[in-house]
Amino acid sequence: MTDKKLAHELLSDMVRVRRMEEKCAELYSAAKIRGFLHLYVGEEAVAAGSLRALADDDAVVATYREHAHALLRGIPMTSIMAEMFGKQEGCSRGRGGSMHLFDASKRFYGGNAIVAGGLPLAVGIALADAMLQQKRVTACYFGDGAVAEGAFHESLNMAALWNLPVLFCCENNRYAMGTALEREHSQTDLTVKAASYRVPTLAVDGMDVEACHKAAQQGVDHVRDTGGPFFIEFRTYRFRAHSMFDPELYRDKAEVARWRERDPIRSFTEQCLHDGTLSDADVREIEDSAVAEIEAAVAFAEAGTWEDAEDLERDVLTPTPEASR
Amino acid sequence: MKASYRTAVHDALRDALRDDARVVLMGEDVGRYGGTYAASKGLLEEFGPERVRDTPLSELGFVGIGIGAALNGLRPIVEVMTVNFSLLALDQIVNTAAALRHMSGGQFSVPLVVRMATGAGRQLAAQHSHSLEPWYAHIPGIKVVAPATVEDAYGMLGPALADPDPVVIFEHVQLYNTSTDIEALGPTDISRAAVRRGGNDVTVVAYGGSLWKALDAANELLLAGIDCEVIDLRVLRPLDDDTILESVRKTHRLVVIDEAWRSGSLAAEVTARVVEGAFYDLDAPVARVCSAEVPMPYAKHLEQAALPQVPKIVAAVQNLFGDRQ
Repeated sequence: MTDKKLAHELLSDMVRVRRMEEKCAELYSAAKIRGFLHLYVGEEAVAAGSLRALADDDAVVATYREHAHALLRGIPMTSIMAEMFGKQEGCSRGRGGSMHLFDASKRFYGGNAIVAGGLPLAVGIALADAMLQQKRVTACYFGDGAVAEGAFHESLNMAALWNLPVLFCCENNRYAMGTALEREHSQTDLTVKAASYRVPTLAVDGMDVEACHKAAQQGVDHVRDTGGPFFIEFRTYRFRAHSMFDPELYRDKAEVARWRERDPIRSFTEQCLHDGTLSDADVREIEDSAVAEIEAAVAFAEAGTWEDAEDLERDVLTPTPEASR
Repeated sequence: MKASYRTAVHDALRDALRDDARVVLMGEDVGRYGGTYAASKGLLEEFGPERVRDTPLSELGFVGIGIGAALNGLRPIVEVMTVNFSLLALDQIVNTAAALRHMSGGQFSVPLVVRMATGAGRQLAAQHSHSLEPWYAHIPGIKVVAPATVEDAYGMLGPALADPDPVVIFEHVQLYNTSTDIEALGPTDISRAAVRRGGNDVTVVAYGGSLWKALDAANELLLAGIDCEVIDLRVLRPLDDDTILESVRKTHRLVVIDEAWRSGSLAAEVTARVVEGAFYDLDAPVARVCSAEVPMPYAKHLEQAALPQVPKIVAAVQNLFGDRQ
């Protein structure tokens, strides 16, 4: 039987993400959110399970499909939603949008819309931690598509060569935008690639939140104990389109339906109810509070304000004491 | 005391490493090899392999690592062997280093210094000889400097490291062996252009390796009765418009020398700004002396023919005076 507190947290995390993403899709259709919008529906177990394994002062580097990571690292949903609305109350003051959520106070380094762009960054953050004797972990999220980029290989090589504390979290959802895993990789077992750099690896069912949590805990422990890198391949699936512009011509509806049968939220809920870890009332409470949180976030975003266009050029460079006087 | 550009760069690196424990020098062959241009000779022995860090041939990766390390408390100086190789790292420089502060709503500044060699004259042909500074000078979010003198080769590094934003330093390959008598080396202003020779008849703007050609041309032109004011841009972004405009308002003529290709060059930008800001002060059309629009050829006579040279500068200036000769 699962620990009740942990089960509650894991389910709650997944539900908050799911409901937020569904609301985002709705708000996109209502033209409240614009630009690219990449939803995490189907992959919730990965972020929920893995992020809970991190300590508060660890760092996170994520991708452009990062709403879940931002939320579960503690960025308030209100400021995430305001960011997607483009309001100055947003976590990036409306300068970033859906793909560029940031929060320095949470050591959340974004939100990166260049595939694999975050990997060197994460290794550099870890290099500084190692050199400044900070025993912290940098968790770096990226997809299967990133594994084909040179930046992946350069980053894993240097992280291993210099023994740096990075937890590489590969969210393999089987598609690099519309290109299937088998059509993008000669070696589809992505752990083999990481292992070729002598980085220890683990592959885990990314639809099973407890397995994700356990794997991440093992990875985090390894990184903290050895100071060196660890690679986890979370095998998951994206239920919705790549972005709101994607007509999904590249995959069968039947395939999506098969994966939906393994919905991480439904299966974990059923399991918890079945083994008595959680009650119906618990599940209802989780759903209700997610709905309330989302309502509050949307209201906050709606009430948010537009930054004065006169401030357009601020934050390109850091203000010097003379300039800000 | 006699000092060379090479020893000035070396001493600047040594002093930076000595003065601030957060400074790290990293790049290809900066350590055991002593630097491609021998600018970091002996630093590995003095500061050890952690702080003088040889990297694999992974420009994208190690520039990105420099960014991450800069975000997390270090003050990295990343050396990229030559500007042509820096194209492999452009993604990290442009999409991350330059953009991060703005897209995070001002939360993350990147105090990174990137150094690289630029320029032609050593018969290194079409993949080692170009001047791509204008590309970098196009990018908001970074500063770009080009030391032309021994004093600046030393004096620009300290202020670049103290700058909270990314600074890219271009060292011209033909200058490493040049030397001058100097009294003492110290920090120089990296916000202003410098008038290297005062004059009244024409403003000649140059930077990097071309400065010395401009000064030689000025000496020749003096014999012909033309008194040139020679401006060393020093800072390629942001351009010091005031110094240039002030000079043109005095001399009423402008010739811009740029080792980059003419199309889309800094020479084009300087010209446009003068036309915008001092059009009615001009007594003659603006002239430019830039590199021929060919990939740099290997054969010595062809390479020399492709580059701005003293006779071309002299001719361009004389041409502005028409009948006065």
